[in-house]
Amino acid sequence: MKAPPFAYVRAASLDEVFRLWGEAGPEARLLAGGQTLLASLAFRLSDPGILIDITRVADLAGISQVGNAIRVGALTTHADLGASDLLRRHVPLIAETVPLIAHPAIRNRGTIGGSLAFADPAAELPACCVALDATIMARSAAGERRIPAAQFFTGLYATALAQNELIAAIELPVARPSERSTILELARRSGDYAMAGVAAHAQLDNGALGELRLVFFGVGETPVLAKGAMAAIEGKPATPETIAVAQTALDADLDPPADLHGSAEMKRHLARVLLVRALRTIAGSEEAKAA
Amino acid sequence: MSAIPDIAVSLTVNGERVSRRIEARRHLIDFLRLDLGLMGSHTGCEHGVCGACTVRVDGRIVRGCLVLAASLDGSQVETIEGVSDSGEIVDLQEAFIARNACQCGYCTSGMLMTAADLLKANPRPTREEIREHISGNYCRCTGYHAIVDAVETVAAKRNGRAGP
Amino acid sequence: MNEIIDPRSVDRPNSYIGKSIPRPNARKLVEGRGQFVDDIVMPRMVHVAFVRSPHPHAKILRIDGAEAIAMPGVVRLFTGADLAKHCEPWVAVLAHLKGMKSAPQLPLPLERATWAGEAVAAVVAETRAVAEDAVACVRIEYEPLPAAVDMETALSPGTPAIHPDLGDNLCFQRVNESGKVDEAFAAAHKVVEATFHSARHTGVTLEPRSILADYNRGSAKLTVYHATQAPHMMQGVFAKHLRMPEGDVRVICSDIGGSYGIKVHVYPDEVATAVIAKIMARPVKFIADRLESFATDIHARDHRITARMAVDAEGRITAIDIDDLTGIGPYSVYPRTSAVEGNQVVNLVGGPYDFANFRAKTTVVFQNKTPTCQYRAVGHPIATAVTEGLVDLAAEALGLDPVELRRRNLMQDGTYPRTSPAGMKFEGLSHEKSLDTLLGMIDYAGLRAEQERLRAKGVHRGIGLASFIELTNPSPFMYGIGGARISAQDGCTVRIDPDGSVMAATGVTEQGQGTEAIIRQIVAEAVGVPIGEVRVITGDTLTTPYGGGTWACRGAGIGGEAALQSGLAVKEAALKVAGAMLQAQPDALDLIDGQIVERKTGQARMPLAELARIVYFRGDTLPPDLPRELMQTRHFITKEYPFAFTNGVQACWLEVDIDTGMVNLLKHWCVEDCGRIINPLLVDEQVRGGIVQGIGGALYEHCVYSPEGQLLVGSMADYLVPMAAEMPDIEVGHVETPTRESLLGAKGAGEAGTAGAPAAVMNAINDALKPFGAKVFAQPFTPERILAALGKVPARWPVESPAGSPSAATPAPQPRAPGVQAQAAEKSPSLLARMFGRR
Repeated sequence: MKAPPFAYVRAASLDEVFRLWGEAGPEARLLAGGQTLLASLAFRLSDPGILIDITRVADLAGISQVGNAIRVGALTTHADLGASDLLRRHVPLIAETVPLIAHPAIRNRGTIGGSLAFADPAAELPACCVALDATIMARSAAGERRIPAAQFFTGLYATALAQNELIAAIELPVARPSERSTILELARRSGDYAMAGVAAHAQLDNGALGELRLVFFGVGETPVLAKGAMAAIEGKPATPETIAVAQTALDADLDPPADLHGSAEMKRHLARVLLVRALRTIAGSEEAKAA
Repeated sequence: MSAIPDIAVSLTVNGERVSRRIEARRHLIDFLRLDLGLMGSHTGCEHGVCGACTVRVDGRIVRGCLVLAASLDGSQVETIEGVSDSGEIVDLQEAFIARNACQCGYCTSGMLMTAADLLKANPRPTREEIREHISGNYCRCTGYHAIVDAVETVAAKRNGRAGP
Repeated sequence: MNEIIDPRSVDRPNSYIGKSIPRPNARKLVEGRGQFVDDIVMPRMVHVAFVRSPHPHAKILRIDGAEAIAMPGVVRLFTGADLAKHCEPWVAVLAHLKGMKSAPQLPLPLERATWAGEAVAAVVAETRAVAEDAVACVRIEYEPLPAAVDMETALSPGTPAIHPDLGDNLCFQRVNESGKVDEAFAAAHKVVEATFHSARHTGVTLEPRSILADYNRGSAKLTVYHATQAPHMMQGVFAKHLRMPEGDVRVICSDIGGSYGIKVHVYPDEVATAVIAKIMARPVKFIADRLESFATDIHARDHRITARMAVDAEGRITAIDIDDLTGIGPYSVYPRTSAVEGNQVVNLVGGPYDFANFRAKTTVVFQNKTPTCQYRAVGHPIATAVTEGLVDLAAEALGLDPVELRRRNLMQDGTYPRTSPAGMKFEGLSHEKSLDTLLGMIDYAGLRAEQERLRAKGVHRGIGLASFIELTNPSPFMYGIGGARISAQDGCTVRIDPDGSVMAATGVTEQGQGTEAIIRQIVAEAVGVPIGEVRVITGDTLTTPYGGGTWACRGAGIGGEAALQSGLAVKEAALKVAGAMLQAQPDALDLIDGQIVERKTGQARMPLAELARIVYFRGDTLPPDLPRELMQTRHFITKEYPFAFTNGVQACWLEVDIDTGMVNLLKHWCVEDCGRIINPLLVDEQVRGGIVQGIGGALYEHCVYSPEGQLLVGSMADYLVPMAAEMPDIEVGHVETPTRESLLGAKGAGEAGTAGAPAAVMNAINDALKPFGAKVFAQPFTPERILAALGKVPARWPVESPAGSPSAATPAPQPRAPGVQAQAAEKSPSLLARMFGRR
């Protein structure tokens, strides 16, 4: 199916984006990588009237170190995330995540800003950002504001962005030497959205896991910070006993919807399995490989 | 909707400068096929899932159905016709023929563009890496084994070794 | 007779049969220079798009196209009534399937839509995009009617009859019985039983259904560029239903992007396109989009089979008893009918085994879902999964190794010809030799040892076997005797041209399987010319002999034999001329590698090109009465057997993650016997592609419906096809038992892979799960179903839709493609209902 007719304008600067957006009205959509927007338009599920192409806005591009964080421009493609030495060195979870996202041709166009703004609950990057305690740099005509990733995802495909506000960049904290992280997902086929996944991040101190963040995806309306499971392990080593307590606590953290791949109970089960595997991986225990 | 203005684009396709006025909604594959008559790139799903429409934009493979032609002003686009004429992937093409890695041929343009992309980035891929790189390109005919063989053979030959 | 093409002779000059020779038509495809239907652009061409029903069952009250027709670029709008004036309805029944019934069908329905996605109106516009814009503006008023969705209740008193004139929703029922089944079960040492489900699949040809029809009012001729497997059949269909002389219709198949049975049927929207072209007298193109493909390409394999097997204390199968139920949608599909799949199941169950007592019942019912019909390996994967599943259950019950039970029960080599309890006539099969060959390839003992070793480490691998039979080279007993105008015979015309090159025009067709390649090999060898000198013409009703095209694996066996015979006839004709020119006896001469030679010495006497030059340009120099017929046509039809059965055996080696239910395919093997192999390269890839198509059904593919009758998988992000990363390497071996029905000895090979793969995967999963006493019999074997079998999550199947409220259903399909700012979220219980019911 072909997309419904729409107008197209290309913005050269952020000022122009906000001016065009203001003129175009609330139906207008921003076009970044277009990897979800154009597919959904091909279903004629929405009729935006006008697309504002932001891909040539220089202020939204680039990866740089800013103090204790890596600032990633919203237009950074998944491929560029994967190719970045800065990220590989300082935010290894991102490099680990990129190969899980779709397929090479899509990674060459899809952007991190687009992924976060679209807020698919099964997507990897939103979960990573929450796990890493990233900061979303939101920008509107009124200026920039910082939104912690954990507060950014407000509901199914819904974010804390205000009307006519966009993501300018994402700030990812530089990893400390004690940091351990991993992302695991269960997808029917390589590159598919996961049936269930987890991004895990902690400081490993003498075998104990501190500042633990476990973020599940594909099992709720947003990336889910598993606070109960995190509390069960926090400050402790990952042992069969602590993991069992965390698994029990996880049930209260999640309220997964059923989908084609499984019932809510199936998703809970997969989340419990992923919890064990993620904890063993970041705790570096020997069982990790066997799990 | 007649009020919606067409968009002027100028870009380079397979080394030739082209300028057209097009509907904004026209994706790259429809632009190549309907505006330029380049029929080698195919649409299989138009949802970015099947990979039949894989072409190169500014040196990187993309899903042609998920790129608006209007957004490509000034870009370099390369299609299967272009890389055939330049001889860039002649070894891959020969290997696909010899190994019968192309049956109906509908996925083949996209599959070859993706295979070429792999070998550029990773000259010595394992079979698993080949499978992973083409995992977004659907082929109903071959079952993929022959395609993996063909790509593996070309990699080996480019590295000066005999094929498997 | 067969010795002239004995593969042992392949090294003699211009011997091509049996050699792996690449396809001559592949180069244009790898350069992107093929010509698929959508690549054809004609002057004054317009595009048709269809307004489709969002309801599984609804009365069409009113169609208002005023807004649509007023849009710039829109040319015409057609309703069912508009097209019915120009088109005869069809009823898809076969007389030999006793009692079968179906309802008359038109390109667009007059009163009721009977499945979600059925075309109910057509809009013609200057571009596809504008036609779709207009489709969105056609207002149709429906009165939703109760739908018959679940096949299990299709015949229940409370379920409305979809076609009241038919009385009920029963399309066809048949019991195939022989021997004393009840006595055998009563006397059995062990009885094993299970209920098998085969999910609704569809073919997902990468090139969607495509047609470009052009009517020239001046010549009164209809030319149809059509992605079809059966151009002559479609010529007849268009002629009959558009009320035209058959000779005024020409169907041309250019390159076709995959078919697998999907493109051998009559689709209402394609007939509508031809009717519209005739009304408008200009070229009209219809290319289905992917959503339309899922909703309107034929589906298949929606079966539930309860099955049991009796064995004696010696491990011999004594009886099989199955009860098959299948839902086929609201109409039987024209002209092959939708009862054949169920009929195949009751003919094929138990096929490889030597036993006496058999009962198989199929019940084919109507329902308000997409129509089903024949799809690659029709019925075979279902019958094989049932049979091989029972065999493994019996082995377990008897404490025997699955290989051993098969050895005790497979039909023995050397005991042919024979007839199976299901009534199938087997000319010659090789089950035992095939199994031996397979076991030689897989190191069975080694795999079993590895399985044991890994089990101790908590890694669960399984090996699954599946013997199978495949029906190929069909005779008129398949369709023709039932009244369908479907050709089981086929022809080939071979012509020597003045430069000594050869043209071969064949009635069998090419969709990528390599038909042109094998016809070229056969003709080159039969005539005696270098293979590069042969050009093959296929897929044009005006220029090729009348034939059936591609179906039921007949291209090599039927089309190949016609090519061989016509090639030999041309050679004979050429040698007759050569004898006169060289003053020799024709039988003292031979034609090898494009040269007339002395048969005894091989000494070259004259190039074929010289002979042809004389015949065509200097015929005055030849004896006046000398026949000089350098073009010959031969046709072939099987005579002794209704079908040439092939056989084979597959093995699958996989690992099940018992915590996640994920299946990791490690390796797959197949040994198959398709008789004489013309081109091993092509046969192997047919087998591999077929296996992966079978694996797709076993692990991924499922046309999931809501209980209300809405298809919930409308994109390739939701209907999961097998992709490269998950598929295993596949090893293929061969046994060759040529058929004696033909000189060539070839049988079909295109469906063997699909026939056996699901059973092998199922048995391997159940083998892996053996320590847990868990088993799966419902395809696809999803992680959820495997975990349910392990008792780790609740079972949801065979409930098809996601549990819970409609809001819990699948979200609007999104490709795996994050990357857009401020994309609004939209969820829908049914994408199709939303798409087709936009207004």
